[in-house]
Amino acid sequence: MARWIPLWLHKLGSPPTFYRFAGALRPWMLALALLFGLIGLYGGLVLAPPDYQQGDAYRIIFIHVPSAWMSMFIYAVMGVAAFIALVWRIKLAEVVAMESAPIGAAFTFITLVTGSLWGKPMWGTWWTWDARLTSELVLLFLYLGVIGLYHAFEDRRQGARAAAFLAIIGIINVPIVHFSVNWWNTLHQGSTVNLFGPSKIAWDMLWPLLSMTLATKFYYAASLFRRVRTDLLALEGGKDWVRKIAESEART
Amino acid sequence: MNPPGLVTACAAMLRRDLTLAWRRRGDIAMPVLYALIVTMLFPFALGPEDTLLQRIAGGVVLVTVLLAMLLALDAMFSSDIEDGSLEQLVLAPQPLALMLGMKILAHWITTALPLIVIAPLLAGMLHLPGAVLPVLLLALLLATPVLSLLGAVLVALTAGTRRSGMLLALMLLPLCVPAVIFAAGAVAAAQQGLPWQAPLAWLAAALVLAVVLAPLACAAALRIALDA
Repeated sequence: MARWIPLWLHKLGSPPTFYRFAGALRPWMLALALLFGLIGLYGGLVLAPPDYQQGDAYRIIFIHVPSAWMSMFIYAVMGVAAFIALVWRIKLAEVVAMESAPIGAAFTFITLVTGSLWGKPMWGTWWTWDARLTSELVLLFLYLGVIGLYHAFEDRRQGARAAAFLAIIGIINVPIVHFSVNWWNTLHQGSTVNLFGPSKIAWDMLWPLLSMTLATKFYYAASLFRRVRTDLLALEGGKDWVRKIAESEART
Repeated sequence: MNPPGLVTACAAMLRRDLTLAWRRRGDIAMPVLYALIVTMLFPFALGPEDTLLQRIAGGVVLVTVLLAMLLALDAMFSSDIEDGSLEQLVLAPQPLALMLGMKILAHWITTALPLIVIAPLLAGMLHLPGAVLPVLLLALLLATPVLSLLGAVLVALTAGTRRSGMLLALMLLPLCVPAVIFAAGAVAAAQQGLPWQAPLAWLAAALVLAVVLAPLACAAALRIALDA
């Protein structure tokens, strides 16, 4: 009965099938991202009460926290896809890993920018060499290294494999960076950014946050699907299925 | 004809690389000169106040050595790729990881060791207290092999590309952050009279891990990069 699931997954790994699958799913993902984003922003910016201490400035978390979660999540997705690409040499996994990197870098950048915008009124400084901030900055450089290495090769598939290897090395490094910086921080001075533990936030503020989290997830899926579709067309340029798509588009 | 044993092959590899480096002695002096010049610029830029220079001396020496090593890193495999001897090494019956380990060792001896020898002079230029010097040297002895090993993996990854200098810096710097933090932490602790053994122990642990894993990763990366 359940035999069609592995079969379907194998089929999904082939570029033409994934091209059609991603094309069919992308508008829905984008619509869901917009829907949850609008609900989350309305709930966060209008409905949620101001914080008793920070006033309205805390509302930046509705952008900042989902972006921070996405910066980690996308690196994990990229690492898993890179592992699959290196072990089983699946072309689609290479494309997914390489096209995740710019989106992840963008979310990391948004996290850093919104964080420093919030830090200026709250901490009185744009930037401090705190463990969280530093590890997030290192994450951005890891993303940039992967992107740079991918584009340094003339052969795209070879570049993708080399960059996938770098992404996997980076995954090992992320916890090391985190703990070493924590340790270094206790030597000098301790400062914790963790204001909102899971149980320390009011429901009025939590549900817009969760809605925004869903919105960023769906946006990532939509953006990834579009990038992967474009990349597949470029990579498979000489193949029959791409020619058919080009011919049908030329006719209309 | 039997292939030579592992020890013979390793010794031959090491001797070959060291001989090649010795024939081009000028290249060995370059990172040392670079480190001297960079260290010299700090008193000019910051002013010759003893207290300020003393406070930053440990960190400046560490970062200078790191940058000098980064400059030399690019050349680790480049001549071997140009004349095709790296492909021969990949095809050789001996395990590639071990041979690359020997190449990394030779590279460390020719670039990092001169920098460590010159480090007391660099520290003296910035008035680092004499009591801290042994800790700084120990930290350098533990941190530079980690940088060489990590750098070798990344150099192997970029082996198939044309220009890799800035790219190498972009890839290496986030990966070497832990080594820099621990080394600088040990020096800073020694300078403040605090116990400095713990960061050095972490550094040694990282070195052990890198000695075991980095040659294997380097071999895998080289196979990817040469797989055109």
